[in-house]
Amino acid sequence: MKIAVSSTGASLNSQIEPRFGRCEQFIIVDPETMRFEVMENPGSIASGGAGITTAQEIARKGAEAVITGHCGPNAHRVLTTAGIDVITGVSGTVQEVVTGYIRGQYTPSVNPNAPEHFGAGAGFKRGKGKGSNL
Amino acid sequence: MLISIASGKGGTGKTLVATSLACAIKDTYSVELIDCDVEEPNAHIFINPEFTVSEVVETPVPKIDESKCNHCAKCSKACVFNAIAILNESVLTFPDLCHGCGVCAFVCERKAITEVPYRTGLIEKGYAPGIKFKQGKLDIGRAMATPVIKKLKEDAGKEQDVTFIDSPPGTSCSMVEAVDASDLCLLVTESTPFGLNDLELALQTINQLGVPGAVIINRARPEDRRVEQYCQQNQVPILMQIPLDYSIARLYSKGITLALGSPQWRENFRHLFEKTKELVR
Repeated sequence: MKIAVSSTGASLNSQIEPRFGRCEQFIIVDPETMRFEVMENPGSIASGGAGITTAQEIARKGAEAVITGHCGPNAHRVLTTAGIDVITGVSGTVQEVVTGYIRGQYTPSVNPNAPEHFGAGAGFKRGKGKGSNL
Repeated sequence: MLISIASGKGGTGKTLVATSLACAIKDTYSVELIDCDVEEPNAHIFINPEFTVSEVVETPVPKIDESKCNHCAKCSKACVFNAIAILNESVLTFPDLCHGCGVCAFVCERKAITEVPYRTGLIEKGYAPGIKFKQGKLDIGRAMATPVIKKLKEDAGKEQDVTFIDSPPGTSCSMVEAVDASDLCLLVTESTPFGLNDLELALQTINQLGVPGAVIINRARPEDRRVEQYCQQNQVPILMQIPLDYSIARLYSKGITLALGSPQWRENFRHLFEKTKELVR
């Protein structure tokens, strides 16, 4: 199994990055061995549709679950269509959240928990929503 | 002649200036006013036109024939707006992100993609005494204002002596689309640090477009002269200053634009137009 975690750094001790589409890197972990690879996220520099391209890339990597902070409607639609569990509203290190997931501490979210453009930074239509399914 | 009225900052008085200009000169020239602020058009409140025509605005978006698609993902890779996602066994399209460029259909070797119309908004055309009026309305939930603005501007400036374009605020795509190809852009700002900051951005934008600019300071406060200093340093003409005045705000709140509510201001706006005309020459 593979789990993709949005991460602020390149190790298992890195803190989770709350943004999904604009996150610079994902740690893709095999929870049985805790071996991982670092996926540079093409969505972090996309001019638009960041969440969509990120979700597509994660699906291509064969991940079965995503753990992140906020996930908007477009990304959520791609991930759920690909049959990927989406865990949102999580914080901690990559190691902690992967362990938490394996222990069944998190419930996959049925709905997105952020509006479009949530993580896009300062801009005219910056999202303001906050939410959690936990 | 095509004169756009824009601003960096919102709420500085673009519509006040655009509607006042149109009303002040309508007896002398044939005038057209186009409200391109399609997210919240409000010039009609001051013009009271009778609308005679409305047209739906549509953009082409991809429709995928799943029986022909082999999920090669060429379309998805070609789309810079990420409006198509290809997964192992399914295809998802996001029409709200699509700019209608058609590259997806172009690169599809299986001819699985056709472009179908997707409604984004509405344009309305009509007349008020002496003024040909048009406005656009972006549909609720739609993000792409430019196709509506493009359609509004299709035949702008062809029939009338003068066409005024009331632009959306900001300096993003919709403002660029509204201001592009105008003979002059009047930038309305206010004497505040925010007004100045956004004026600088707007001036940079119109410079890129090759559109000459002039400034109007609204709610001018003599104690803050930074906008004036900036304009002097950068040799941008200031054509008018409108003071922060209770009576102007009062008129406006009743739906009466300045040139119609005050004979003195009507004269001032006629004068403003003559100065604008000289700059265009």
